[in-house]
Amino acid sequence: MSQAAIKTETVHNPDQIQKQLKNLRDDFPILSRKINGRELVYLDNAASTQLPKQVIETVSAYHEFHHSNVHRGVHTLSQEATDLYEEAREQIRSFINAPSLKEVIITSGTTDAINLVSRCYGEPRFGKGDVILVSNMEHHANIVPWHMLAEKTGAEMKVIPITDEGSIDMDAYRALLGPDVKMVAVNHISNALGTINPVKEITDLAHKAGAVVMIDGAQAVGHELVDVQALNCDFYAFSGHKMHGPTGIGILYGKEELLKEMKPNRGGGDMILSVSFGEITYAGLPAKFEAGTPPIAQAIGLGAAAKYLSGLDRDLMYQHEQNLLKYATDKLSSVPGLRIIGTSPEKTSIVSFVLDGVHPHDIGTILDENGVAVRTGHHCAQPVMERYNVPATTRASMAFYNTFSEIDALYDSLLKVNELFDVNQPN
Amino acid sequence: MLTSRTKNLYQELILEHNKKPRNYRVPETSSHQAKGHNPLCGDKLDVYLSVDEESSTISDVSFIGDGCAISKASASIMTTMVKGKSVEEAQSLFKMFHDMTTGKETDVTEDQIPSRLRVFAGVKDLPARVKCATLAWHTLDAALQGEEKISTE
Repeated sequence: MSQAAIKTETVHNPDQIQKQLKNLRDDFPILSRKINGRELVYLDNAASTQLPKQVIETVSAYHEFHHSNVHRGVHTLSQEATDLYEEAREQIRSFINAPSLKEVIITSGTTDAINLVSRCYGEPRFGKGDVILVSNMEHHANIVPWHMLAEKTGAEMKVIPITDEGSIDMDAYRALLGPDVKMVAVNHISNALGTINPVKEITDLAHKAGAVVMIDGAQAVGHELVDVQALNCDFYAFSGHKMHGPTGIGILYGKEELLKEMKPNRGGGDMILSVSFGEITYAGLPAKFEAGTPPIAQAIGLGAAAKYLSGLDRDLMYQHEQNLLKYATDKLSSVPGLRIIGTSPEKTSIVSFVLDGVHPHDIGTILDENGVAVRTGHHCAQPVMERYNVPATTRASMAFYNTFSEIDALYDSLLKVNELFDVNQPN
Repeated sequence: MLTSRTKNLYQELILEHNKKPRNYRVPETSSHQAKGHNPLCGDKLDVYLSVDEESSTISDVSFIGDGCAISKASASIMTTMVKGKSVEEAQSLFKMFHDMTTGKETDVTEDQIPSRLRVFAGVKDLPARVKCATLAWHTLDAALQGEEKISTE
C-alpha cells in the first residue's frame, strides 16, 4: 500500500494536500490510459469509481490460487475461499462500524439491497393508511422499489420537497412526519446534485415519529466516513463499485432485531438449516438473505477496497475533495452560459451543470474527444431534473485521485464547446 | 484543439440546423403524427405530417421537441428531405439513413446518398449517438405506420 496519504503532519494548503495524495494515482493503473490520444481525465466517479491495483490483484489472486465454492466443501480450496469471503465481510463490517457480522448482508448492489428491504420488511408490514417518505432528490433505485411496494400494499408514497439550492426542506419533512409514516427512505448523498444530507438528524426525527429509516449510501461510502452506529439508521445500503471495488457487489446493513424478524427474500442453497419436503428451517443471519452461490470474488474485492480506503488518511482525502469541489465550482462558474444545478452548502465533490444553448449529450461527446469523461443525462433521477426544469445535466464528479489540472482540462474543453457551437461568446 | 472526429460529427450544416431548425412548428392540421422518445437521453420529438391520400405524397411535415444538436439537426434536415416526396420515397430515405448511421453494409454507394444525409455518417463511429441521429426518422416512420408513440430503447 502506498504510504503517501498516511498522516504525518497537518497540512492546510490545497496544493500541498494534492501533492501528498498524488502518489496514490499510481495505485490506479487505468488513470494512465490515453483516450483519443489524450490523457484520460476521469470525472465520472459518481457513476463508478476506478479500482486500485490492490483490489485488482486481490481479486486476481483469488481466481488464480483460492477459487472454489464457499460454505460447502471440506477440501482445502473451499475452506480458503470461505475464509477469504468471511474475512471480506469482516473488513466491510469494520469499514462501516457495524456492531455485528450478522448485520452485514452481501447483495448484488444498492438497488438489490433496497429492494430486499422493500420486499422483506415493507411488504408484510405495510398497508392502507401507511406512508413511505422519500425525498425529491432520490435516485430511481430509492423510488421505484417503494412505488412498487405502495402499489402492492396500498401504502402511500409521499415526497419530501427540496429547496432551490438542493437541500432537503427540513421544515417540510418535520411537517410530513406523523404516526402514519412507517418508512423514511433518503440518500446520504445525492448523485445528481452532490448534496450531503443531514442523515443523522433525519433518522432521529423519523425514530421519534416511530418510523424506520433506510439510507441509500451509494454515493457516500467512497467519500464520507460512514458509521452506522453513530447514524443509528435501521438500514444502510451501498455498492462496491462506488468505493473503488468491483461491480455486482453491494451491502445491506440492517439492525439485527429487524433482520431477524424478516423472512428471506429468495430461497435456495446456503440459506437453510434443514430441508425436507414437509418443513424448511431457515439459516440464521446473514446466511438467511444470501441464497445460492454468492458473488465470492466480488465480495473479496469489496473487502480489499474497504481495507485500501481504511489504510489511507480519509480526512486528508476528504479535504482534497472539498478543495477540488471549491476549485471546480469557481472555475466552472466563470464559463460563459454555465449554470450549476445543486448549490447546497453541504456538498460532496459533484458539480452538475447546464450550458446555455448546448445539450449535455453534445457536451459529453466533445469532452470525450478531449479525453474528459463526464456523465450526461438524467442520472437516473428524473424527479430531480423535473424539479429544476431541465431535461438533463452534465455532471463532473471527483474522487481523491483527481487533480486541479484535470479541472482545468474540463474548463478548457467547455470553452471549446462554446466556441464550436458559437454560443455564449463575448460580444 | 478540436479533433477531426469532432469536426466530422459537428459539421457546419448540423450546427446550422441545430441553431435554426427548419419546419419547427405545430401545424394547424395534420393527417399523421407521432411522439418519439429516447429514454436514455431524454430526447423528445413530435413529428407531424400531412399526407395527400390520393397521391400518397407528403405535402407538409414539421416537428417540435427537445434534444441534442444531432437529434435536432437530423429532424430539421429530415423535414427538408421528405417534403413533397411520396411515402414510399420517404421510407426508402429512412432505410438509407438508418443503414448509413448504423454502419450496415449495403449496395448503396456513398455518392448515392444525398449530401445532406451524408453529414451524419460520422455517428456510426459513436454508438451512443446513433439513436440521436435516427430518432426523428423512427418517429416519422411510426407516424406513417399509424403508431402514435415510439421509443428508441
